[in-house]
Amino acid sequence: MATTTAHTEQPGHKAPFPPFNGETFASQLFWLVLCFVFLFVMMWKVALPRIGAIVDTRQKKIDDDLGAAEALKKQSDDAIAAYEKALADARNRAQAIANETRDKQAAAAEAQRKSLEDQLNTRLAGAEKTIAATKQAAMGNVRVIAADTAKAIVERLIGSAPDDQAVSAAVADALKR
Amino acid sequence: MADPIHQFQIVNLFPVIKIGNHDIAFTNSAAFMVLAAGGITAFLLASTARRSLVPGRLQSVAELSYEFVANTINSTAGKEGMKFFPFVFSLFMFILVANLVGLIPYTFTITSHIIVTAALALSVFFTVLVYGFWKNGLHFFNLFVPKGIPIYILPLIVFIEVLSFLSRPISHSVRLFANMLAGHITLKVFASFITLLGGLGIAGMAGAVLPLALVVALTALELLVAFLQAYVFAILTCIYLNDAIHPGH
Repeated sequence: MATTTAHTEQPGHKAPFPPFNGETFASQLFWLVLCFVFLFVMMWKVALPRIGAIVDTRQKKIDDDLGAAEALKKQSDDAIAAYEKALADARNRAQAIANETRDKQAAAAEAQRKSLEDQLNTRLAGAEKTIAATKQAAMGNVRVIAADTAKAIVERLIGSAPDDQAVSAAVADALKR
Repeated sequence: MADPIHQFQIVNLFPVIKIGNHDIAFTNSAAFMVLAAGGITAFLLASTARRSLVPGRLQSVAELSYEFVANTINSTAGKEGMKFFPFVFSLFMFILVANLVGLIPYTFTITSHIIVTAALALSVFFTVLVYGFWKNGLHFFNLFVPKGIPIYILPLIVFIEVLSFLSRPISHSVRLFANMLAGHITLKVFASFITLLGGLGIAGMAGAVLPLALVVALTALELLVAFLQAYVFAILTCIYLNDAIHPGH
C-alpha cells in the first residue's frame, strides 16, 4: 500500500485530514444518495419481495406437506380402526354362529334321543305286555297241565278218574298257596 | 513510512455535473458506493433468479441475510417494525458490503468517512422523527417522559432524554466511522512496520515477523468489526425505529 499514484497528489498543497475535508462532502453525499436510493428501491420493490416469496413458498410447502402427512396418518389410523372393528365384528359373528349351531345340534340330538327313547319305551311296553300275556297263557296252561297231571296221578293211584271240578279246585287251591 | 491517512483520500476520477457551486465528480468513493449498491442488488437478484424450493449455496446466503435482518427487526421492534424492513436491510447490507470490501487491499472504505455515516445516521434519525410524529402525533413526546418518575426530577429527566435523543445520530454515525477509520489506520501502521523492519537486513526481517503476525490477527479482527459494526448500526436503527412505533416506553 506504499505506492502513491501521482495524480492523487496535489502539489504544494497540504490536504486536510480526508474524512474532515469539506470539499468532498457534496460529491460524497450526491453519490451516497444516488446509490442508497437505488439500493433501497431495488431491495424494496424487487429483491426482498422475491426472497420473501421464496421463503413463504417454502414455508407453505412444508406446512402443506406436514398437513398432508397428518391427513394420511389419520386416514391410516382410521383404516386400522375400521379393520379392527371388522375383525371384532367377524369374531363376534362367528361366535354367535357357532353357539347357534351348537344349540341347534344339541336340540336336534336331544329330540332324536327323546324320540328314540319313546320308541324304545313303546317297544318295551309292548314287550312287557307280550310277556304278561304269555305268562298269563302259560299260567293258564300250567293250571290245565297241573289238573291233567293230578287227574292222571290220582287215576293211577286209586284207579278211577276223579271229578274234574274237584281237581280244578284242588289245583287252584295249591296254586294259591 | 507510508502515510496511513492516504487510503482515505477522495480522488476525482472524472467530472460529472455541477450543482450550485459544487463540482460533482465521479470519485473513488463513488465507485465503491456504486459497486456496493450494484453488487448487492446483482447478487441478490442473480442468486434468487431460479427461486429454488431447495436453495443452492448462493440462494442460501441471500435467504440467510434476509432472515437475519428480519429476525433482528422482529426481536427489537416487533411485527410493526417490518414496515421498515427494506430500509434496515438496505442499511445493513450497504454498510456490511462497504466494510468488507474496504478490507481488501487497495480498495476504498466508504464508511471511513464521517459524512457518509452521518448521512446514513441522519436518515434514520429523520425517519424516526417523521414516522414518530406521523403515527403518534404529539404522543410521540411521551418518549421523553418516562412513566413513574417523581415530578420534582421530571424536568431533569426530560432534559436528559431529549439530549440523548438528539445525540443519537452523532453516536450512531461516529461509532461506525471511528471503528472503520481506526481499524484501517492500525492495519496500515502495522503493515508499514513490516516493510520498515524488512528494509533493515536479516535481523530486521526476523523482527518483521511480529508485525506480520499482528496484521494477520488484526485483519481477522477487522473482519469481525466490519460485520459487527454493520450489525450494530442495523440493530440501533431498529431500536430507534421501535421508539417511533411504540413511544410509550
